[in-house]
Amino acid sequence: MLKVKELSVEIENNLILNNINLEIPDGEIHVLMGKNGSGKSTLAQTIMGNPMCKISSGEIYFKGKNISDLNTENRAKQGIFLSFQNPIEIPGVNIFGYLRTIYNQTHENKLSPVKFREHTKKYLEMLDLKDDIYNRFLNEGFSGGEKKKLELLQCLVLEPRLIILDEIDSGLDVEALKIIGEVLNRIENTTILIITHYARILKYLSPSRVHIMSEGTIIKSGDINLIDQIEEKGFK
Amino acid sequence: MPGEARRGLSRQVVEEISSLKNEPKWMRDYRLKSFAYFTEKEIPDWGPDLSKVDFNDICYYLKPLDKEKRDWNEVPEKIKKTFEVLGIPQAERDYLAGVKAQYDSEVAYSSLQKEAEEEGVIFLSMDQALKKYPSLVQEHFGKLIPFSDNKFSALNSAVWSGGSFVYIPKGVKVKRPLQAYFRLNARNMGQFERTLIIADENSFAHYIEGCTAPVYSADSLHAAVVEVYVKKNARLRYTTIQNWSGDVYNLVTKRAGVEENGVMEWVDGNLGSRVTMKYPSCYLIGKGARGEMLSLSYAGENQNQDAGAKMVHLAPNTSSIIVSKSVSQKGGVSSYRGLVEMSPIAYNSKSHVECDALILDSKSFSNTYPVMRNNNNTSYIEHEASVSKVSDEKIFYLMSRGLSKSEAMGLIVSGFIEPIIKDLSMEYAVELNNLINMEMEGSVG
Repeated sequence: MLKVKELSVEIENNLILNNINLEIPDGEIHVLMGKNGSGKSTLAQTIMGNPMCKISSGEIYFKGKNISDLNTENRAKQGIFLSFQNPIEIPGVNIFGYLRTIYNQTHENKLSPVKFREHTKKYLEMLDLKDDIYNRFLNEGFSGGEKKKLELLQCLVLEPRLIILDEIDSGLDVEALKIIGEVLNRIENTTILIITHYARILKYLSPSRVHIMSEGTIIKSGDINLIDQIEEKGFK
Repeated sequence: MPGEARRGLSRQVVEEISSLKNEPKWMRDYRLKSFAYFTEKEIPDWGPDLSKVDFNDICYYLKPLDKEKRDWNEVPEKIKKTFEVLGIPQAERDYLAGVKAQYDSEVAYSSLQKEAEEEGVIFLSMDQALKKYPSLVQEHFGKLIPFSDNKFSALNSAVWSGGSFVYIPKGVKVKRPLQAYFRLNARNMGQFERTLIIADENSFAHYIEGCTAPVYSADSLHAAVVEVYVKKNARLRYTTIQNWSGDVYNLVTKRAGVEENGVMEWVDGNLGSRVTMKYPSCYLIGKGARGEMLSLSYAGENQNQDAGAKMVHLAPNTSSIIVSKSVSQKGGVSSYRGLVEMSPIAYNSKSHVECDALILDSKSFSNTYPVMRNNNNTSYIEHEASVSKVSDEKIFYLMSRGLSKSEAMGLIVSGFIEPIIKDLSMEYAVELNNLINMEMEGSVG
């Protein structure tokens, strides 16, 4: 599904990622762990095509195609979704209208406001959200937990093939963490890359592989047991 | 000679306008005094550059018989595209583009207004009102905005034609908005319309002028004058949405006199034009009077939107609010220019001014020129201003959800102006958003 090959990335002429290799087969859940500043978010942003992250060498393949030159819009349309660590507030943008817009932009079958409300009802239930969220503005005045739920709501609406979750679990209380974990567990036919500091979200999911990042490169990969080692010894 | 639009301005032209309209002597004299003042008065030495306005190349009056027909092929592509985006019916397109001289919806519309007329509401063109209600007009005309207010009010006072006259009797609350756009035909759509509104005690009305469709005018100067009287306990809302074609100098003087506990609300949306200078004002002359201004302007390529408001507090316990939102793009310049003044006897009054500017690219500009004068020590004036740019972060976030860059920009801009849009009627709101999205297209590489 996703293959990152010998990828090096610069931000404002500083080398942030150095020769990353990562492959996630279709349907698997992978975890990317590492200390703050190890380059995890940069990798996520580069896969999503943030123009700030300049690829100096290497390629990114998605569903077998080199997407390194594709812009963000088209990567999203191909089925890549990035849940932001810090979702951006866009004042004045009504959530319902926005969600319907992004749905209609990415689906052949366009939905009317009434149909779209029906279509998304189950998503709100899954996330334990009330539909008055529709009357609010995009991320504006949202608590940390609400923002993360709204990221997942957008994810459910878009039905991506690859979901990258950049610290979906940070700033969440236990209850919200449980809801988000369960929702992720219910999403089918999807490949997931989870970026996290902690193992706590992982009790809801069963990752196939765990990768450890340090100083812009992946230093270790292994199965779920790697997490226990980290819990004991830290990122080494 | 019929069919020929005469250009240029002289005392003779002013006299001719008055005699063609068969006006009373006082109006003729008023026009001539105004003309004399206009010729003496210099162009303002502040604000946008007006040196390119050629007063001799403007047609000041067209007889109703004159046919200023234009071939549809002459209408610029951008204007045609905007009509498409807004879904304007062909009949209205012809009219707005000046292809058809008359827009024949007056009959259909007057039945809508029947209810209001039964309650004694007068809603006429200014020319008709002068004939039917000469004393009511004479009592109020030019009293809030004397011809000597500025060069362009003098010009309007000399050559005015068309515009609306509205009288709301005591205690009458008009439910449906009074819409000027449908009443106007191409003639009095004109460059120099004159509007006079009197909201008598305890009345309410919402008056709407203009439309989001671009007005493609042959002449490049629009100088209107609008006077609004808000009597004791009355409330009047005046909404303007205008989208002039890109060559127009739009220089408008609007003023309301607000009496005891009266409320005046200006909602003013300015799109298009080369230069707009417009500072609707409220003179709060009665105790507890209130003035509000919601201003929205969009400056695109080669456009200079110089807009704002004036709130002059002349009585105790008066209040005012100014909310100004401007968007600049493709080298456009948006400026907020405003005045808030508390007179020595305007005790316990308050004013809140908020101006926010959004700049979409590095070629564009935003300026703020606020003037605040507080002449007593029991009143206060608050002023907040912000200038923001569309951050790459916001664009990236929205694009990561499958939107194009221009769609992302459109959403951000729509969100920015939402506080004003929400006060507009649904159809205006939808149309304005469509227009903004159109402006965003092709704005990004």
